[in-house]
Amino acid sequence: MNKKIESSKKYVWLAMYLAATAISFAAGFEPGKIAYTNFSEYFIEMISFIPFLFIIIGLFDVWFPKEKIEAHIGRQSGITGIIVVILLAMLQAGPLYGAFPVAYILYTKGASARNIFIYLGAFSSLKIPMLGIEIGYLGLKFTLVRTLVSLPLFIAIGFLMEWYLRDKKFAVNKV
Amino acid sequence: MVNNAFIFMFASLGLTLFSFVLDKKKTLKGLKKGFFMFKNIFVPFVNILILISLVLYLVPVEIISNYLGPDSGPTGLLSAALVGSITLIPGFISYPIAASLISQGASYTVVATFMTTLMMVGVVTFPLEAKYFGRRVALVRNILNFFAAIVIGLVVGWLM
Repeated sequence: MNKKIESSKKYVWLAMYLAATAISFAAGFEPGKIAYTNFSEYFIEMISFIPFLFIIIGLFDVWFPKEKIEAHIGRQSGITGIIVVILLAMLQAGPLYGAFPVAYILYTKGASARNIFIYLGAFSSLKIPMLGIEIGYLGLKFTLVRTLVSLPLFIAIGFLMEWYLRDKKFAVNKV
Repeated sequence: MVNNAFIFMFASLGLTLFSFVLDKKKTLKGLKKGFFMFKNIFVPFVNILILISLVLYLVPVEIISNYLGPDSGPTGLLSAALVGSITLIPGFISYPIAASLISQGASYTVVATFMTTLMMVGVVTFPLEAKYFGRRVALVRNILNFFAAIVIGLVVGWLM
């Protein structure tokens, strides 16, 4: 019963909006009609590409499981280490605070401070599902430009953090 | 937008066929996974579209282009960076917001800065981050990323 209430809760806002729109149309309330026209444009825009994007994401998930890459992560240094953490980050999803537990795993596997911070940078802006949505909404050019400008800065931040921590004891704590 | 939709349609169809030829079972599993992920975000996504359509009706275009447009200068840039740092908006929701801001006259610099701070700087999540890395390290990381986001915004705006 509780579960049912929980799952129907998320429809409340939607139901209220639809009711208000129906009333606006019945009563000839112009602002409600205009807001609905805007909404229907956004909705068509969304439904025309997001479902296809999720097909791609789902397929990606089964063909390139992140667990496989995670197994290869560890003390690699230099370019290889940087590429591996960036690839791992690209396969993730979710908000930045979801990356901290993975940073802890990387730390226990012997990854350097530099690569841990490069991972966080790549996680925040190179995740493949997010890049897909970004291309859909802001265009391929914007996405490419933003990604290519961000990448060297994230790597630089990794090096800066390593330099900052050079004579300090760095540890990632389990929370 | 129509062109983009076609890219996604063809890419997903092509990849599904390719994957199906390679491995039938894996493909079905992937499609199922994709469907459930879509199902999970569908209602929250529609709710955000409702909210955007209401807010954009209430906020006139002139206000957005004045405060976040190409002529908004350092004020627009800084306010985008601060709002992006403080708010905690899920990524997939921030893209339709960003697209509607651009269509209402906001500049690429402002939007790229907002998006980047949103993803990389976390004021609300700072206590959690400090537990993992320690206060000083978390503070340094956030400050570095804040300035990196401004640089990213300026360069993206200049290149677009």
